[in-house]
Amino acid sequence: MFDPSIIWASVLNGLTTGAIYALIALGLTLIYGVLHIVNFAHGSALMVAMYGVYFLFVKAHVDPYMALPLMIAAMFAFGYLLQRVVIARAARGNEQSVLLVTLGISIVLTNLALFAFKSDTNTIDTPYSLQTVDILGAAIALPKVVAFFGALAVAALLLVLINWTSLGRAIRAVSREQRGARVVGIDVERIYALSFGIGLACLGAAACFLLPAYYVNPQVGDDFVLIAFTIVVLGGMGSFMGALWGGLIIGVVESLGGLWFGDSLGQMGIFLLFVAVLAFRPQGMFGRKGA
Amino acid sequence: MKLQHTVIAVVAVLGAFALAPVVISSGFLLSLLIMVLLTTLMAQAWNILGGFGGQLSFGHAAFFGTGAYAMAILQVHAGLNAWLALVLALAASAILGAVIGGLAFRYGLRGSYFSLVTLAIAELLRILANAVPFTGAGVGIQLPLHASLSSLQFADKTGYLYFLLAFVAIGFALSLWLRHSRFGAYLLATRDSESSAQALGINVQRIKLLATAISAFLMGVAGVFYVQYFQYIDPGIAYGTAFSVQALVAAVIGGTATVFGPLLGALALQILGELTRNLMGGAPGVSLVIYGALLVLMVMFFPRGVAGVLKKR
Amino acid sequence: MTNILETKSLSISFGNLKAVSDVSMNVAASSITALIGPNGAGKTTLFGLLSGFLAPTAGSVTFNDHDVTGMLPYRMCRLGLARTFQIAMPFASQTVRENIAVGAHLHEKKRGAALEFADAIAERVGLTDQLGKSASSLTVGGRKRLELARALATRPTLLLLDEVLAGLNPQEVAGMIPVIRGICADGVTVLMIEHVMQAVMNLASHVWVLAGGQLIANGTPGEVTRDPHVIEAYLGHGMATRIAQMGRDEVSHV
Repeated sequence: MFDPSIIWASVLNGLTTGAIYALIALGLTLIYGVLHIVNFAHGSALMVAMYGVYFLFVKAHVDPYMALPLMIAAMFAFGYLLQRVVIARAARGNEQSVLLVTLGISIVLTNLALFAFKSDTNTIDTPYSLQTVDILGAAIALPKVVAFFGALAVAALLLVLINWTSLGRAIRAVSREQRGARVVGIDVERIYALSFGIGLACLGAAACFLLPAYYVNPQVGDDFVLIAFTIVVLGGMGSFMGALWGGLIIGVVESLGGLWFGDSLGQMGIFLLFVAVLAFRPQGMFGRKGA
Repeated sequence: MKLQHTVIAVVAVLGAFALAPVVISSGFLLSLLIMVLLTTLMAQAWNILGGFGGQLSFGHAAFFGTGAYAMAILQVHAGLNAWLALVLALAASAILGAVIGGLAFRYGLRGSYFSLVTLAIAELLRILANAVPFTGAGVGIQLPLHASLSSLQFADKTGYLYFLLAFVAIGFALSLWLRHSRFGAYLLATRDSESSAQALGINVQRIKLLATAISAFLMGVAGVFYVQYFQYIDPGIAYGTAFSVQALVAAVIGGTATVFGPLLGALALQILGELTRNLMGGAPGVSLVIYGALLVLMVMFFPRGVAGVLKKR
Repeated sequence: MTNILETKSLSISFGNLKAVSDVSMNVAASSITALIGPNGAGKTTLFGLLSGFLAPTAGSVTFNDHDVTGMLPYRMCRLGLARTFQIAMPFASQTVRENIAVGAHLHEKKRGAALEFADAIAERVGLTDQLGKSASSLTVGGRKRLELARALATRPTLLLLDEVLAGLNPQEVAGMIPVIRGICADGVTVLMIEHVMQAVMNLASHVWVLAGGQLIANGTPGEVTRDPHVIEAYLGHGMATRIAQMGRDEVSHV
């Protein structure tokens, strides 16, 4: 039906998008794994990060890739403060309150952006935006290739952090057994805030990789967040590998689906998949039941 | 509060609204009152499932939009009489509620998963409505103006106010019923501790399904009213997040699982909305920012809502 | 004496863990029967199987001559089997009276009748002066009584009590014993998981002992507490002989 080279290009494009999806989903799944909350504000936080990268470029002429350290640090701080000051205060151990608070934050951020930027969609023009790389016959946009490797690099760093540092050990302890962690002297509230910060820092990185190839508007976070949720649920809430593989798979599925069914029906397919996974296999591919 | 006292208070409030058109002649003020009543109705609907039932729906617009579209499509495309369309549109919303409630809870969805699913379903419906021709796709549907009781349209605001008030009265009746009935006791028990509820003979799946259907029905009424009042509907209005958010925020701010919470929340949102409109002009998104901020602040400092604060006095 | 409850080879496994293994037991109608055993023996899991919260991987449960294996909890309750939970879970947003009324509603459709019946149950259990309070403000003892009251309000024929005396001080325990005896005298069969031996000796006419998911003994309280297998289950392997040895040594040293 389709020329194999078109399919090959579609798969590659899907992988590059998928790597970014994976990065976004990693942040979400980390937050869920440690704090056991579904961060409804994840999409709008991504949008905030993307506007950050956008304005750094437009006003301060900072290249998005150069902005990586700054964005990661800034989003980390934002997440840390948000959890420490707002979410922890509202939570009081009540799952309902947390849901409502993250929803509220999401509403505030999205609509502040709407108010400030209207519905305008903006893109940036970097010198390399239009360059392509030839991969075995398919011409893939350079920013996308960079995004693929960049996102995977950040994911790898994250895995190193979680598995081979003492902070990572503390995080794993808290995610598995919060009370026990407290008993051995871990400052659980600090770990919560750090984890939330790291989760949002992933978004800072993702934003830097997204801008050169994508666009930004107040709704962009919403576009990504439901896909991120689908990935996290598909891969298993709290599972790293699940978020990683899930992201790549969804990226490819979306790309190929778009080829065959067109964009809007492709979007619907993802939603239907989401609802189906939640209904039939809520623990996902790698997760544990009882989330 | 004793049942008799609450009933008297409800009747008094309804009476005050009923008298308003007699006392107020300003069209602007009347439309404000209508907006308050509409938000109250949506909050009452959300409250049934979210407040009393403890299942937080983040996509209640799914029921609003279905009621609205059904009403519009049945009148414009099927040429049905408005009253018949009303009955069918409400049935459609209720059925959608029963389906979602039945499936979601049958598969054990609860807490954040349930919220996620409702969000996804509303978004799914919006995409569908945007793509499909019989909903008018992105252009939406326009309802021809024909002010007469038989078409459920009114020449002036007063008629609309009474139409809406009748359903708000039903909303109050439902809330009262939930506070003083077996079904309400079962619903609250399911919310507070599902396993204890099961151990006491409660079929929790069925309770949650019914609560979703009733909640959807009432939200569908709001959708029907919107179409008749504004004579227009499109995917963004029907299934967008604005009404999902409004219903939820008004109910939570006012005080979940209370009889007057929805009205108090609606009043709070309306007043704040007017204040911001006066201060900042009619910019898009401003009122929602306020709603979101209010939600965060209330959850942080006044989790029992305005009704909870008033009860303490 | 008919058996109101019978199980045959009831088993459940979680993955590789055999939580309950081949349990065949029965509870005589109108009796107070106790289920004891060391921590982790599977007693609460067994209650889960009996009340429908867990589906067995093998075996059957018969209640009043009905096969109820795998029946959902709300159906079990409607048939007359009520249970309490080890960790009391009151309906926090409601008053004590409203909590009990939820149980009463199983047989009372009208709100007023349910609330009235709740008051009556509260009196039997000793909660009358707490009726108007919010359930979340109760002490541990109060919550346990509330668990009992709620279950009682469903007018069960068999009541499963899961450590209803745990966490109570000696006075509170002494207060609850006549209540439980009274419930049985009114015709309700009681099957209780208990660690408070004083209550078991005082109340139960028959005792089943569960250890490591399996039944290791059953009989009157006196028989069971002298059974060497039971002693070993609680005190460790070889303890029964050692205790017997200690007894002989003391005698020989006199």
